[in-house]
Amino acid sequence: MASMRDIKRRRSSIQSTGQITRAMKLVSTVKLQKARGKAECTKAYSDYMYKTMRSILAHSEGIRHPYLQGGESGKKAVIVISSNRGLAGGYNSNVVKLITQGELAEAELELYTVGRKGRDGLARAGYTVRLDSSDISEEPTYADAAALARAALTSFTKGEVGEIWIAYTRFKNTVVHEPRLVKLLPLPKPEAEDGQDLPMNFEAEEESVLEALIPNYLTSLIYGGLLESCASENGARMQAMDSATSNAEDMIEDLTLLYNRARQNSITQELTEIIAGAQAIE
Amino acid sequence: MADRVFTIRIITPERVFYEGEASMAEFNTSEGEMGVYAGHIPMTVILKPGVLTLTQAEGRKEAALHTGFAEILPESITVLAEAAEWPGEIDIARAQAARERAEKRLREHSPSTDIARAETALQRAIARIETLR
Repeated sequence: MASMRDIKRRRSSIQSTGQITRAMKLVSTVKLQKARGKAECTKAYSDYMYKTMRSILAHSEGIRHPYLQGGESGKKAVIVISSNRGLAGGYNSNVVKLITQGELAEAELELYTVGRKGRDGLARAGYTVRLDSSDISEEPTYADAAALARAALTSFTKGEVGEIWIAYTRFKNTVVHEPRLVKLLPLPKPEAEDGQDLPMNFEAEEESVLEALIPNYLTSLIYGGLLESCASENGARMQAMDSATSNAEDMIEDLTLLYNRARQNSITQELTEIIAGAQAIE
Repeated sequence: MADRVFTIRIITPERVFYEGEASMAEFNTSEGEMGVYAGHIPMTVILKPGVLTLTQAEGRKEAALHTGFAEILPESITVLAEAAEWPGEIDIARAQAARERAEKRLREHSPSTDIARAETALQRAIARIETLR
């Protein structure tokens, strides 16, 4: 059996780890609430953006535009959103897995990463990281998303990539986060919904309207993805830290039991020794 | 016509700015100012910074609306704007300063100026000032 001192040392080390994880949990709970509020406000915008784009496309016939057809290049740009910090359970590795185990082939990908953990994981696996903007992952703003969208769109219009995808973590609720890989461009043309077969009109030239809409669309979806990932990250960290704290508590309980047993043992032994000593003198 | 209403939704990245009914909406588009009644043909327009005016049974509402686009359908309008503000949320001093800054940039016209950006900034500042008027 381990000595009393060893057990005591071990217990106090676990105790302080538990304190850290408990504090981290509290911090991420607060952050989660903030991020979640923001994500929910933006959700309406990106949902409507997606819906409206689809309905515009469904109502307009015969628009030919590279944004709808896809580029010639076989390369695909993927915007990968992860976090800068670890200790968030499976959050980062799930996003990385989405890329490494997905249906997209490694050679044809060009990554635009947000978040150091995802970037490092994918770079180690041999992927090409075209652009890294990890510094925006903590508190993403609309302008950050716009810059990212511009970068991706520029290489799309130059013909360097033929498709744009996004890998992010959807925030379903506090405990359920779902990593997702979504194609942003070219837009799949939806079937016209029934009941609304009036053709869509455009005030300006159709092409120029699309030209103005697409960057908006891309930005808002990226922004939505960033915020949802941010909420998911904090949610995942909160969960991870919660289970770490309760594990620490369990271990402390076990160690306390062990410690008490060791203490009793040593008292009993001391007593036995004293009595034996006294008997020998008599 | 005036009593027919449509639903209007104004959504920005930060929040759902407004959701309600109106009998007429006026805003500034890339092709000029336009007013929309219920029963309009489906149309998509690009928005320019300007004043949005909603005519409703209980009166008129005004707000500053910045770049974005609007999808007009017979029974509804969805406005997706990058930013929108009620008159109470506008800082007039800041708008004035922004206007002067943008005008100065356009006047000086150095090769490094991004003309399109300066113009948008100017339009935005003017939209804010107009809304308060």
